Amino acid sequence: MLDTLLILGLIILKVVAVIVALFLIAAYLTLAERRIVGFMQDRIGPNRVGPFGLLQPLADGLKLLFKEIIMPTRANHYLFIIAPILAIGPALAAWAVIPFDQGMVLANINVGLLYLLAMTSLAVYGIVIAGWASNSKYAFLGALRSAAQIISYEIAMGFALVGVLMAAKSMNLTDIVLAQRGGILHWFCVPLMPLLVVYWISAVAETNRLPFDVAEGESEIVAGFHVEYSGIAFAIFFLAEYTNMTLVSTLASIMFLGGWLSPFQGIPYLESLFKGVPGIVWLMLKVSVFLFIFLWFRATFPRYRYDQIMRLGWKVFIPLTLIWIVVLGIMIKAKVGPWF
Amino acid sequence: MKALARLKHYFKSFLLWELILGLKLTGRHFFSQKVTIQYPEEKTPYSSRFRGIHALRRYPNGEERCIACKLCEAVCPALAITIEAKPREDGSRRTTLYEIDLFKCIYCGFCEESCPVDAIIETGFSEYHFEKRGENILTKEKLLAIGDKYEPQIAKDRADDAKYR
Repeated sequence: MLDTLLILGLIILKVVAVIVALFLIAAYLTLAERRIVGFMQDRIGPNRVGPFGLLQPLADGLKLLFKEIIMPTRANHYLFIIAPILAIGPALAAWAVIPFDQGMVLANINVGLLYLLAMTSLAVYGIVIAGWASNSKYAFLGALRSAAQIISYEIAMGFALVGVLMAAKSMNLTDIVLAQRGGILHWFCVPLMPLLVVYWISAVAETNRLPFDVAEGESEIVAGFHVEYSGIAFAIFFLAEYTNMTLVSTLASIMFLGGWLSPFQGIPYLESLFKGVPGIVWLMLKVSVFLFIFLWFRATFPRYRYDQIMRLGWKVFIPLTLIWIVVLGIMIKAKVGPWF
Repeated sequence: MKALARLKHYFKSFLLWELILGLKLTGRHFFSQKVTIQYPEEKTPYSSRFRGIHALRRYPNGEERCIACKLCEAVCPALAITIEAKPREDGSRRTTLYEIDLFKCIYCGFCEESCPVDAIIETGFSEYHFEKRGENILTKEKLLAIGDKYEPQIAKDRADDAKYR
């Protein structure tokens, strides 16, 4: 009995550690976003609250906590409250199968990839329900756009992951990382380069980030699905978005850039030099690169037109991934390179 | 030729060429000199003709310049200036009341232009605020105090602008 409780306590402790870390990352990602986008626009961004503006996320969070949650009179109250929960839930639950290092994973399950696909697909329900419950035309339009967009890009994303699955011959994320052992050339980003590009662009679309942020579309439909949300309910949507960004970045690192593996593996001198660096540091570095690209995209590209998004998803990405899966199959049969 | 151009177009779009050019541009700006001026610590230079809060000036001997001719009151398009006058003990004509309502004032500078003795002027000082009702009315004492406080700057601005007048 005591043993069971102890194990349960340990698991809960681990979960809490992961969630707290995620919230911190999400909070500081907002600051990083404002600073980096500012820098790219020749500004300096927020630097007043604390040194270098480091306390800014804290100030923002506190402000949102103390603000009133305004419930629109004709909104569906039950759904209105449950929507942000549905948005953040899957975003956090997906982290259960992410391996941070060899053996550092909450649930080392064999269908990790399927589980991830399921969880990232669930994220759209939060948005759709938020748009529906608000009883506002802008929120409704945002929800519709989001639903169509996420469903379209899910397919391309899924196919991109099928490529990874074929290359690694496993759905277990730890096994996928281990299949990329042996130096930078063994990482799946080399043979699966087109899939990485497709995955990444789909991931940007999936998280409703610019240039695919039609669900929000400040300049068109005010704030899209969360136009009626305020205070902490709005903050939760924000948190979910940033957690999702971190999630897809981590997935990209794990599946294409060798997860926690050192990039210096197999290079004679450098390998021993960086031997002491823990794997999680490499993973964090790779994730940071992807997160930076998220922000870089935001500072660079204007929002896609809606029909262009659909065209890109259905008429470019899906054929492209299908072709590359065939090419990949041939490569695997022919046992090309160091990968297969 | 047409086929070649088409091929080129396909290659360009599949290699995301234009997008990479865009990323390169923002990437370059990421490292460029920032143009932000951190306001309370840093300020942009202001023109010597800047029209900020008003002031009443004095002659170097301490005598107030204003002779209550009421030209500023007459010219003021916003009717922001109120003047009452009567002779002082020494017989000179002076104002007993000189008020400017800053809520009405549109900072056009006509009062300054119309003044024959350069008494009412607009300083280059623009950082002021009101905390209570009634503080928007600048009384004669307040105007003279502002003038005394910023006299060196006021004189310098007038001197700088003099050669263009």
